[in-house]
Amino acid sequence: MSDEDEIILSELDDEELVQQMFDDLYDGLKEEIEEGVNILLERKWEPYDILTKALVGGMTIVGADFRDGILFVPEVLLAANAMKGGMAILKPLLAETGAPRVGKMVIGTVKGDIHDIGKNLVGMMMEGAGFEVVDLGINNPVENYLEAMETEGPDILGMSALLTTTMPYMKVVIDTMVEQGIRDDYIVLVGGAPLNEEFGKAIGADAYCRDAAVAVETAKEWMARKHNSVKSA
Amino acid sequence: MIPSDAELTENGLDTQTPRGRILLIACGALAREIVDLKAANGWTHLDLTCLPAKYHLYPEKITDAVRATIAKHRGDYDDFFVVYADCGTGGSLQTACEELGVKMVAGPHCYSFFEGNDAFAAKTDDEFTSFYLTDFLVRQFDAFIIKPMGLDRHPELRDMYFGNYEKLIYQAQTDDPDLTEKARKCADRLGLKFERRLTGYGDLTTALKEL
Repeated sequence: MSDEDEIILSELDDEELVQQMFDDLYDGLKEEIEEGVNILLERKWEPYDILTKALVGGMTIVGADFRDGILFVPEVLLAANAMKGGMAILKPLLAETGAPRVGKMVIGTVKGDIHDIGKNLVGMMMEGAGFEVVDLGINNPVENYLEAMETEGPDILGMSALLTTTMPYMKVVIDTMVEQGIRDDYIVLVGGAPLNEEFGKAIGADAYCRDAAVAVETAKEWMARKHNSVKSA
Repeated sequence: MIPSDAELTENGLDTQTPRGRILLIACGALAREIVDLKAANGWTHLDLTCLPAKYHLYPEKITDAVRATIAKHRGDYDDFFVVYADCGTGGSLQTACEELGVKMVAGPHCYSFFEGNDAFAAKTDDEFTSFYLTDFLVRQFDAFIIKPMGLDRHPELRDMYFGNYEKLIYQAQTDDPDLTEKARKCADRLGLKFERRLTGYGDLTTALKEL
């Protein structure tokens, strides 16, 4: 890779700048990403295009290399941190410009679990894909999920757990939704290191998502199915 | 002779010429503790082999490695005992052990069985914001925590990993002031409060005594 010190972002044309932002995201360079976002805004790019073409495009490469064992968690975190910097600039503008909204998700780590790295990555990539995300944070009892579903009216409920001791709590939440007759009102996605597809099925989730990129694709697929079923109803 | 901690981390411990009736297949992080228990109790019927302790970081490798070890030594022993708890395998190790007809240590992980599974479970509601280290992990703190998490290269990531934790609990298997001091420094490096708790070998002793 070329020496970043010699690259002046503002002198690059749009295509080169986006490519450079991919590299900068890959290298976790937050300030450079923020600068790139601001340059594209000055060049009258739509905030939604910056988000999808530069930031999400770059994070997709990061996600693929993480899945393939080329990048590891520290590098992904640095990249996510850089993307977060860019998102912070774009978020208010996205709201103003009426960017397309694919759906709404409530997401949280389950009771007894304080691990949120995966959840935060999923939340960020979902936002990048055009979902509105309500993040409940960590250590959520079933009441928190129920309340958020009632007040926020999401399409999707996402639950995360990193521990084998806490992942069974996802079933508590889903069983409660069944008891209250609201289970089928929501798409339920689950994820976390010790989970697998079999577990997702066993607890009655709609899908297990192995990483943030899969979560986004799965969420989009289920949203499309939901729209189709609404149309045909 | 027990290999160095670095050797146990990377390569584990190969069993010597079979002498006992039962082969213990353990995590390399438990080698010293098991050797100590064997010597103290005269358990000559138990032989020991260890998988690399670094599988702690890659729990998806544990189940297949245990299967392979059992297959390799099938003709050499009357029985096997797996000295792992679930250890992040999401139940797959338990399932494999049931299929293979071998027993394993009960519990979710070594922090739980060192403390005693019942005692650990009773404290879960109060201690889920605690980060645990054992003797081995204190000695190998850089290899298991600092380097794999990239904190040597990017210390700014510390709070992304540990920001939700409040306390580091050092579960001491042995009473070693130097190790306690090192554990205290580990807590400082992670920005966490420190507590030392002398657990000894907990349920590990009970599990091996029954063999």
